[in-house]
Amino acid sequence: MGASTMSCHAVEKVRTAYRTVAVIGPPNSGKTTLFNRLTKLRQKVGNFPGVTVEHHTGYIRDANGQEVALVDLPGVYSLNPKSEDEKVAVDVLTGNMPGMPMPDAAIVVLNSTNLHTHLVLAARVIALGMPTLVLLNMSDELRKQDGDVDVLALARQLGTPVALVSATTGEGLEAVQNFLSSSAAAPEPLELPVIGSTRGYREWAVRVGAHAGYRRPATPVWTSRLDSLFLHRVWGPVIFAVVVIGVFQTIFAVGQPLSNLFQKFLDTTGAAIGHHLPAGMLQSLIINGVWKGSGSVLVFLPQILLLFLVIGILEDSGYLSRAAVIADRTMSRVGLNGKSFIPLLSAYACAVPAIMATRTIESKRDRIATILIAPFMTCSARLPVYTMVIAAFLPERRLLGPFLGTRAAAMLGLYVLGFLMAVFTARLLKSTVLKSKDAPFILEMPPYRWPMPVSLGMRLVDRGKAFLYRAGTVIMLVSLLLWAATNFPMHHGQPPEIQNSVVAKLGQAIEPVIRPLGFDWKIGVGLLTSLAAREVIIATLGTLNGVDPASHAADLQTALRHELTPAAAVALLVFFAFAMQCMSTVAVVRRETNGWKWPAIQFGYMTIVAYVAAFAAYHIVGRILG
Amino acid sequence: MIFNFKFGRRRKAAPEKSSALADLKVGESAILADLKLSPAVAEHLMNLGFVPGLVVKVLRSGPGGDPRVYRVDGTEVAMRRDLSQHIDVELIGAPAFGD
Repeated sequence: MGASTMSCHAVEKVRTAYRTVAVIGPPNSGKTTLFNRLTKLRQKVGNFPGVTVEHHTGYIRDANGQEVALVDLPGVYSLNPKSEDEKVAVDVLTGNMPGMPMPDAAIVVLNSTNLHTHLVLAARVIALGMPTLVLLNMSDELRKQDGDVDVLALARQLGTPVALVSATTGEGLEAVQNFLSSSAAAPEPLELPVIGSTRGYREWAVRVGAHAGYRRPATPVWTSRLDSLFLHRVWGPVIFAVVVIGVFQTIFAVGQPLSNLFQKFLDTTGAAIGHHLPAGMLQSLIINGVWKGSGSVLVFLPQILLLFLVIGILEDSGYLSRAAVIADRTMSRVGLNGKSFIPLLSAYACAVPAIMATRTIESKRDRIATILIAPFMTCSARLPVYTMVIAAFLPERRLLGPFLGTRAAAMLGLYVLGFLMAVFTARLLKSTVLKSKDAPFILEMPPYRWPMPVSLGMRLVDRGKAFLYRAGTVIMLVSLLLWAATNFPMHHGQPPEIQNSVVAKLGQAIEPVIRPLGFDWKIGVGLLTSLAAREVIIATLGTLNGVDPASHAADLQTALRHELTPAAAVALLVFFAFAMQCMSTVAVVRRETNGWKWPAIQFGYMTIVAYVAAFAAYHIVGRILG
Repeated sequence: MIFNFKFGRRRKAAPEKSSALADLKVGESAILADLKLSPAVAEHLMNLGFVPGLVVKVLRSGPGGDPRVYRVDGTEVAMRRDLSQHIDVELIGAPAFGD
């Protein structure tokens, strides 16, 4: 319906307003920043139906106050349906994506500092024949580096409106409003390239650029200066190591105090709410079940946001691509390439987006190998577990002056442990079932840029919401079930002694399996509930100890010290370093590999590795500590 | 052991062709002639600007000499020797178009 089906010439003037407009652009064109700026963050995130490619839909009002949906397509260089991302873009643009309305128009976002390469995508979109607006982004960088382009001449060449804009400064963005409220006709380019020949496209792009007086800007001086430092033979790897250690130290030195503050706030609020409730079952349910359970996970929100912030800054500044070049040599030794480094680094935040990010790896075998090792990277859900156990058992002391304390060092050790197991597993996979030639390592090096607070903030809001959603649903549900299991069966209308409750029976049933690791039934229940998500074990122990009169008054750290010997604490950390305790990861692996085979293998492998390693750790550490 | 734990890259003795991109020194430029790579890889490189006829410059090398960063028509791209040795370049003359 709408404008797309209108062909009658008589009604052209009373064109229905655009309802859906697709936004498309190559990677590194600043499309996301532009999209955020246009929609002022009024967006919702979703997956395209049937495929795993994520997209944002944002809303914007045209000059007449009509609401228009902007659909942000994946960043693509071309419209070649061979790659999954590009096929999605083609399907959406041609109205072949089930459940998505055919867009009435398209906005193509190009990087004006790299026009020859990016014009090719514009040609492909224009060839589809729908009304198109071409935005040449990063006008500020173009001018600063002495580049130039005649917008009107380019518009004549392409047969579409063209505007020079800057998503960072907001310059020229009124062109979008004008486009949305105008009745732009289908494009009539002077000349389109011959389809099929990439060289033909390029020659066309150079010709069109020349007609439009395009002068390519010089490479920013700072980019080459920084590159000669960051990719330096000696300093490059040193800076790489400093950055990685710095990330972890920041999360501790800054994140821990923030979490402590947040904890105090939650405790005070919980107590205040408790005072207003009549004593009894309801109070116990809300305070001991819901509040203590969810709250014990919520306190890690500051640290998780901080981790996403730091990774976001590295990504947006352009350093991450350089880090991939530095890491490539090491990665190639385990049979993977530097491209796997980016998904693997984001796996430090969360394995789920990391596994989705493996789509950039062209080789299927390398992709599966990267998916299989990604959950060994220490994700943010392990952070609460590590922090809690380390804080309970390891006193904080300075190791390297103010730079590294014992706790951060222990944490770093656990990160290294996960990484080494990932390397070992990659090596194992690549030399057996997933043998293949080395995958190509091709990576575009964007110029260095200041990260934009808006787009960073937007991703933090996204992640924070996802975390809160989990705390509010899965974790709260588990907390509630757990509270119920600890309060039943009732005995003369009173909750049972904790040892006689349903949960204790359950924990005692699995105790023989985990006894060799030094865990008692409470930890056992925690291991079971943490199958939903790793951090749930904290909520579980929070609830169990909140209910148990013996530890009711004590905080969780003190309770943990009663629960575990130091050797068992180490075993618990090792178990969490290796086990695949995360339903979301299992689900995303199933989705990305199109079946249950790989997630099943992965889950089995990781659990066995975790059990054996925890067993070894318990006995070795036990022997050492006497 | 069921798998090979030998660290270090397999270094095949590549035939010494003076016209491979991999053989250029840092700072040198040449004209792209042919991408002797699988269609998918060649397509990807061409989308990034590695189109025959354009001038390519070796900008810098990563630690250890591999991968290296190349520049074509304003785009900087890092790739390993295992690809650049299959990219033929011409050392002489003016570019056919671009740059």
